[in-house]
Amino acid sequence: MDTTENTNTPVKKNGSSFALKLGNFFREMSQINAFIFRFFKEAFMPPFEIKEVLRQCYETGVRSLTLISLTGFIVGLIFAKQSRPSLANFGAQSWLPSLVSIAIMRALAPLVTSLIAAGKVGSSIGAELGSMRVTEQIDAMEVSGTKPFKYLVCTRVLATTIVIPILSSYMALIAILGGFVNITTNEGTSYRTYIEQVFEPLGFIDFVASLIKAIVFGFTIGIVGCYQGYYSNKGTEGVGKAANGAVVTAMFLVFVEEIVIVQITGWFR
Amino acid sequence: MKKAKANIDYKNSVIQIRGLYKSFGEMKVLRGIDLDLYQGENLVVLGRSGTGKSVLIKIISGLLTADKGEVTVLGCKMNQITARELQELRTRIGFSFQNSALYDSMTVRKNLEFPLVRNKKHLTRREINSSVENVLDAVGLSHTIDQMPSELSGGQRKRIGIARTLILNPEVMLYDEPTAGLDPITCIDINELINEVQERYNTSSIIITHDLTCAKSTGDRIAMLLDGQFQRVGTFEEVFENTNDERVKPFFDYNFIE
Repeated sequence: MDTTENTNTPVKKNGSSFALKLGNFFREMSQINAFIFRFFKEAFMPPFEIKEVLRQCYETGVRSLTLISLTGFIVGLIFAKQSRPSLANFGAQSWLPSLVSIAIMRALAPLVTSLIAAGKVGSSIGAELGSMRVTEQIDAMEVSGTKPFKYLVCTRVLATTIVIPILSSYMALIAILGGFVNITTNEGTSYRTYIEQVFEPLGFIDFVASLIKAIVFGFTIGIVGCYQGYYSNKGTEGVGKAANGAVVTAMFLVFVEEIVIVQITGWFR
Repeated sequence: MKKAKANIDYKNSVIQIRGLYKSFGEMKVLRGIDLDLYQGENLVVLGRSGTGKSVLIKIISGLLTADKGEVTVLGCKMNQITARELQELRTRIGFSFQNSALYDSMTVRKNLEFPLVRNKKHLTRREINSSVENVLDAVGLSHTIDQMPSELSGGQRKRIGIARTLILNPEVMLYDEPTAGLDPITCIDINELINEVQERYNTSSIIITHDLTCAKSTGDRIAMLLDGQFQRVGTFEEVFENTNDERVKPFFDYNFIE
């Protein structure tokens, strides 16, 4: 009798634990869908919180500018430097500007910008909303007849969706400049020739795909950060988890979206 | 300090609660609550920590939903109310949070303006400024108007929290532990403020507390929440004097300072 109980119990526990986890997973998925649906429902209905959107754009954009500039310049510089030996083996150093521009426009600019934003902006959104949740500031907004979702979530998601494509384009320019510094130092290429070679291989689809990627990544970073913060609990521990969850989930989703968008773009190329 | 007699209309109840149940998982917090809050009355809900006092006012304000039972606030049944009606109803209810819940990123002025500009869109800038100055004057903190919440003391934060709810001229006030974490002198100030609000704004209030000094100073009636139900309801004297209830007596013996 004892033996039967002992052998049955762990199986039963594992089974119920798996079912519980599965149930929680689907519950969370449905909550995320409802959150996204609510964003689209509330973001484009008056009254509009334009002032707050602009403030958030400033917070998201201007405060990330130094980091984006520095990273962009180094990415362009290092990419050109590291690619040179491989091209030199084939005597194709003259292709360097084209290689730099293709890599930056098609992948590096939106991806690196988004990863930086996920770390800097996503974690800050998650922590800020999480802290507002645990200190009952969100409840206070709700009971005063205002709409905290519209004021806190819609404004932040709109801001990241608007600003990250701008930051991504800015980073592309800075990275191309970084590449130019390296190439002109080594090959003595003139600025005019460099620019001609940079834009030569790029088509309309590259610019559009890069922009769409940045928009999707920006939306993802905003919505994940807001979701994690808005539904955080368990006091200060919850705030930490919200910030961490915002970064990890956003980065993971950015990579997944990168793969999907690259595939879709490939069909149109 | 005992409270002066208030002008209460016992024929008109602004909040009616009948057979209210609320559980969190296996834990049954409220088990069949019945309660009336009358027009102009300050009702104190007393009870130990974790007995569901805050849950009760969160249900009244629509932050939580009841499992069972009927809650009617200012004529609106909370289980039948639409989102829009709830939003309108909330402008008639003031909720003062335990930790004040001031918006960290805004100055005192912005904190007070926040509910006003979103609920009363017809107001001019001049009218908004005047309302902000009036409520700050009512809580005696006019000089803090451009300060950030982090620059205020605990008592000042409580007062600003109350001012933020008063700016919409609520008919019902819900105070969640208004004197928690404050020194005795500041507690007396807050108790006086609660009574001033009742008189000046003609509000009906539910005051959640486990501080008997606060209960005696502010309450027209006391409702003692024990084991998920109101065990004793009445004036302070009726609830605490001549009682042999072993669950009530320790509250009076150990908590109250005359």
